[in-house]
Amino acid sequence: MTAMISQLFLQHYWWIIISLLASLLVFLMFVQGGQSMIYSLPLNNLHKTMILNSLGRKWEFTFTTLVTFGGAFFASFPLFYSTSFGGAYWVWIAILFSFTIQAIAYEFRSKPNNVFGQKTFDLFLFLNGSLGPFLIGVAVATFFTGAMFSLNSMNQVHWSTTWYGLEALLNVRNLTLGFAVLFLVRINGLLYIINTVDDETLIERSVKRLIANSIPFLIFFLYFVISLLFSNGFTANPITGKISIEKFKYLHNFTEMPVVMVLFLTGVIGVLFGIGITLIKKSINGIWFSGAGTVLSVFSLFLIAGFNGTSFYPSLYDLQSSLTIRNASSSLFTLNTMMYVSFIIPFVVGYIWYAWKAINNTKITEEEMTSKEHKY
Amino acid sequence: MIENVDLSLVDWSRAQFALTAIYHWLFVPLTLGLSFILAIMETIYVRTGNEEWKRITRFWMTLFGINFAIGIATGIILEFEFGTNWSNYSWFVGDIFGAPLAIEGILAFFLESTFVVVMFFGWNKVSKKFHLVSTWLVAIGANLSALWILVANAWMQNPVGMIFNPETARNEMVNFWAILFNQVAVDKFLHTISSGFLLAAMFVLGISAWFLIRKREDLLAKRSILIAGVFGLLSSLLVAFTGDGSARTVSKVQPVKFASMEALYEGKTNAGLIVFGVLKDTDKKIGKKNIKAFAFKIEIPGLLSVLTGGDKDAYVQGLADHISGNEKLGIISIPEKIRSGKFARDVLASYKKAELVNDTPQIQAIKEVFKDKEFRDKYFRYFGYASIDKPEDVVPNVTISFYSFHLMVVLGFLFILIFSVALYLLFKGTISDKKWFLWVALLSIPLPYIASELGWLLTEMGRQPWIIQDMMTVSKAVSQISTGSVITTFILFAVLFTVLLISEISIMVKQIKTGPKH
Repeated sequence: MTAMISQLFLQHYWWIIISLLASLLVFLMFVQGGQSMIYSLPLNNLHKTMILNSLGRKWEFTFTTLVTFGGAFFASFPLFYSTSFGGAYWVWIAILFSFTIQAIAYEFRSKPNNVFGQKTFDLFLFLNGSLGPFLIGVAVATFFTGAMFSLNSMNQVHWSTTWYGLEALLNVRNLTLGFAVLFLVRINGLLYIINTVDDETLIERSVKRLIANSIPFLIFFLYFVISLLFSNGFTANPITGKISIEKFKYLHNFTEMPVVMVLFLTGVIGVLFGIGITLIKKSINGIWFSGAGTVLSVFSLFLIAGFNGTSFYPSLYDLQSSLTIRNASSSLFTLNTMMYVSFIIPFVVGYIWYAWKAINNTKITEEEMTSKEHKY
Repeated sequence: MIENVDLSLVDWSRAQFALTAIYHWLFVPLTLGLSFILAIMETIYVRTGNEEWKRITRFWMTLFGINFAIGIATGIILEFEFGTNWSNYSWFVGDIFGAPLAIEGILAFFLESTFVVVMFFGWNKVSKKFHLVSTWLVAIGANLSALWILVANAWMQNPVGMIFNPETARNEMVNFWAILFNQVAVDKFLHTISSGFLLAAMFVLGISAWFLIRKREDLLAKRSILIAGVFGLLSSLLVAFTGDGSARTVSKVQPVKFASMEALYEGKTNAGLIVFGVLKDTDKKIGKKNIKAFAFKIEIPGLLSVLTGGDKDAYVQGLADHISGNEKLGIISIPEKIRSGKFARDVLASYKKAELVNDTPQIQAIKEVFKDKEFRDKYFRYFGYASIDKPEDVVPNVTISFYSFHLMVVLGFLFILIFSVALYLLFKGTISDKKWFLWVALLSIPLPYIASELGWLLTEMGRQPWIIQDMMTVSKAVSQISTGSVITTFILFAVLFTVLLISEISIMVKQIKTGPKH
């Protein structure tokens, strides 16, 4: 019994870690958000260089968070890793592809003799910036809307469509979350640029685009949230583990876990506040409110996807194959071992913060961009 | 229970993983080694205050940056391909294999990615000491990440520290330290990082030699040769030492791989070490596979027995010992292992049947069987053999194993010679005049890359048909997706990686020709 309680605790503990990594990833995708505007935001080439050098000094964080998110998911909920990655093949490959072309684009774009020219690498950045967040949003939406798979007695996945994940793009709710994430990261990208560059014209242009991105974000986000609250969910019987459909499951999750609801609402207010103070008070600190708001909102969305006996990866093809944090997790021993490893995370956050501040203490200026110092 | 799979799907999935791994490994070793060379150079700069050392550090740092990004780009695909292309594997061993990957992200990748930004952009933003610490942390982070992925790979060669759970149908971790300190992991880590150090040293030596050939950047080149020479010589000695240890471990935990890399079909005492040899087909066969013999060989008599068993009378096992068994040595034949594996598979099938009809007493009884040490050691240990059709299927490609191993070893000794000569000529003060050597050094840059890829070829091809030694064959590990999808992504990745490689080499050559900017 003690072991069971411990395992249940650790399953929840690891779902919190996964949720935290996912929320940090969405926040850090401000890099992608900024990249998606490299053709529309800068007035001239200097602006583009400033934008890409502002964002480019953080791309490794986003990338590393994505990799760690994948690794942590593999370690703590390997059945999700084998099921979703091995079945929704094309969605994950498209995401990987978009991040692969980003990794080299920053370093290569301005280097002489890069063979394919700066325009090609800028296109890579644009593609990663637009497709990456959108596809990640679509993939995460399937945590709520489900996917077409079944598991055999050996827990091996069989995907029931020949689209291998691309069918997720036919679901309006998936698309809505995809677009909501895309516009959210664009908002955060603009707020981050405003915070880090020293150029009035560029800041003015960023502020103008903030409104243009906030409106579609709100439309897509509200549509997704409202449809989520009124939609059916997949719930697991706490004793037998049997999965059944529950009406208004996610609404129930919010009401039955009021702390999560408060976190979610605080997060939404944080994002709106970040946008508001930038537009109204011309503050440059909107990114911190919007960033914290993003983390809280995404974090709480993940909690209602996995907590309270909810299936976090429902199967639309075979209900009983649906994944929950109980049936998809690693063993007690592995979760326990990994818990000790996770204790280092505050230390990691600490040194990231220290190094981040050290680099961001000085703003991106025209002078630096025209000097011989290392730049993208 | 375990579905039959389309072999072309397996082949394409293997090809895609091999493609990604080969490209990834073109970039990673340089990151592992050059990061330490940069840290050493910058330490000298900080300690002496000599601006020339800063200039030297920054020049090599530019080249490091070009290589670093592309290593990351290919690395992310490798990590996720375990899920996308090997999903059955991911479940079967995810409880063990996932942990090192997660630890790699938390402990190593963040360290590397955080401080690499300070390293590139912090020269005028942070103090000298903070910058130096950042450079060292990048080197430590990069090598720590190698540790965890190699721990994961070592477990595939020598699965330890786990127990099979019939309920979840997977292997579960029971001893983290056994996995971390797995002898294969220790050998592999030391051998791999030292080979990365060697490769980076050769890269620095070769490019510095080019500067001397062109009579440019004399001071930068000579100082770089000093660092690369010392670092490279020590690394190449370490590579030889750890390579020897690694081969001894392989002889114990993967004896079939060992016999294949020595092309040793019949076991014997006083076995000679083949320094170099050329293989030819013979009419003799093991099953349907032709036995190879030496058309030509240079052999040191008795040395293989001495290296593996301590004296020349020690018996070195051949492939025949493993296929037919050797009662005297306690080696079980492959047909016997197949029988044991099939028995274990049948017990698991009985468990799954009992689960289906909710037969609790039967479930409990079989669970006890799986906990029984004798069942685990005698039967479940050979679970993977249930998927083997013919005994000869467990023999990897002898030609590839033999040549990749021996070429790697020959190159390893050549590197010791090159670094020794470089240091000798440098200290003698005649290195600039020895054009022949400068050309040798320059033209040797690709050689450690070849040796390094050969090492991985041996590791992975020599393990075939297993994805996890004795536990799971590659064909049972593959994701059940359409072959067409994998062919398409193979082509996409092949084009992308090639495009990136072309661009990388072109940029690198231009930066080298331009020389230091600062």
